[in-house]
Amino acid sequence: MAIGMAEPTLTWNLARDVEELLRYRFMVHAFEAGTIVAVMAAIVGWYMVLRRQSFAGHTIAVMSFPGTAGAALAGLPSAVGYYLACGIAALAIGRARHAGTTAGRAGVGRSGESAAIGVVQVAGLALGFLFLSLYSGVLEQLESLLFGTFLGIDSAQVLTLLIVAIVVLAALAVVGRPLLLVSLDTEVARARGVPVRALDVGFLLLLGLAVAATTQITGALLVFALLVAPPAAAQVLTARPGRSLALSVALALLITWLALSISYFSPYPLGFFLTTLAIGVYVLAQLVGCASARAARERRPSATVARPPSTPSPLPFA
Amino acid sequence: MLSHEFIRNAYLAGTFVALACGVVGWFVVLRGQVFAGDALSHVAFVGAIAAAVVGIDERVGLFALTLGFAAVMAGLGRRAQADDVTIGVVFSWVLGIGVLLIALLSTSASGSNGLILANTLFGSIFGLSAGQSVVAAAIGFGVVLASLAIARPLLFASVDAEIATLHGVPVRALGLGLLLLIGAVTAEGAQAIGALLVLGLIAAPGGAALKLTSRPYLGMGLSAAIALVAMWGGIALSYAIPSLPPSTAIIGLAVASYLIASLLPRVPTIAL
Repeated sequence: MAIGMAEPTLTWNLARDVEELLRYRFMVHAFEAGTIVAVMAAIVGWYMVLRRQSFAGHTIAVMSFPGTAGAALAGLPSAVGYYLACGIAALAIGRARHAGTTAGRAGVGRSGESAAIGVVQVAGLALGFLFLSLYSGVLEQLESLLFGTFLGIDSAQVLTLLIVAIVVLAALAVVGRPLLLVSLDTEVARARGVPVRALDVGFLLLLGLAVAATTQITGALLVFALLVAPPAAAQVLTARPGRSLALSVALALLITWLALSISYFSPYPLGFFLTTLAIGVYVLAQLVGCASARAARERRPSATVARPPSTPSPLPFA
Repeated sequence: MLSHEFIRNAYLAGTFVALACGVVGWFVVLRGQVFAGDALSHVAFVGAIAAAVVGIDERVGLFALTLGFAAVMAGLGRRAQADDVTIGVVFSWVLGIGVLLIALLSTSASGSNGLILANTLFGSIFGLSAGQSVVAAAIGFGVVLASLAIARPLLFASVDAEIATLHGVPVRALGLGLLLLIGAVTAEGAQAIGALLVLGLIAAPGGAALKLTSRPYLGMGLSAAIALVAMWGGIALSYAIPSLPPSTAIIGLAVASYLIASLLPRVPTIAL
């Protein structure tokens, strides 16, 4: 906890605990920022998980490191640096994706794409390390940059996050349905005249914006706590898009609020609680998904007989 | 340049780290497992921090955690290839534990954790002692031998798993074997060029080689050669330009080789 502050203590009185949590301005800002980020990350992450673009998301997230280091070196505000770096990375990945898919068979694209994303990532990180060693003062921030912090978020940052979230969510509201179709069946979408490539690059840019914002709470290395775990859990629990999105948002909010509260009362870092709650939610969802799939099979034995025996339902972990 | 002992150590360790990264990296790119390699390299960082907290040799932590995580990933996925969501959730949790360990380290140890952090994340190839570089070279050599030993069946299993299974090739065991080799390579590379950057020596040479040739053994050799040139050139460049960190120079050359290979005319690839 911050120096010069009375050690916060947890009691059984919930109302008193909440009052204690929101006693300091920085904690109110942390909750505001956390809420905005959780909602945005849960929705954008839902599409990312559906489209199997976790590696791209991770790569864009670590770009906030060279972005911040570069901005420090150039004397710019760090927000400029990381939004710019995440945007450039999103465009680079979009280009690599397209180059991969034009090569012919679909599989060629997948293997080529994963190499290209990896190369984009290390190129960014190597540059970041160069910036860091040229500008030696940033080293103090390295830890919070990579692993997140909830201290020192001011109202201007909350406002920026809110604007970014509104832009991202408004854009997703417009392209959400065609993007869902493209993500589920690219060929059908192309046949119907949906601009597949534009949506592809557009989504990566939205992902870039959302990820850049998320890194401010979770740090560059832990974005998956909000970007992957809640959507993946929600998608295991329900197949309906609307319900699944809502569940994803609810889980992300739960993880964020709980992690912020616990880390306020504990001497240990936020990132640990965020990721531990996230994996807890994900594992629970997997267990519930397994159990309900088994229950459904037992309840309708006729349905499994009617189905051809060669198509078993896919196991969540498989 | 070679009259300095630290440069000789860097060349000794770097040569074999690069060869191992190049050969293993070719398979990683062929099978589209770069994300798994990335996760393993980040996990290596947590291993190093854990070793510092417990107070044991850094290499014990590095190898224990990467090999363990490789086995877990193989266990969670079909054909020993975990899907990206599982990889993502599990490795971010391991990193979360890493943050906790950093916090423990800063409250218990002698306060130099900023240096440990930077060294594990970005490597310090010029800081290797003679003993360390001999061990690193030996392990790198072992990884190269092991990869070449399983290269033929692994290639078969990677190109067509169904037919390979019918022919009695142990596809799952080979998948686990490759993940363990990636784990060993990342633990190796993390000491030299850092947990965040070792991916570059795995993905870039392999990706470049697969763009340049469709012949498997030629590709493996080419990938190892590109990694080696990047390593040797990077060390020399960094020696010549003191403000350029060696890790950045090495990765810069590897990335440049990938870009050049992308610009050259395409050959028919064997990628999956």
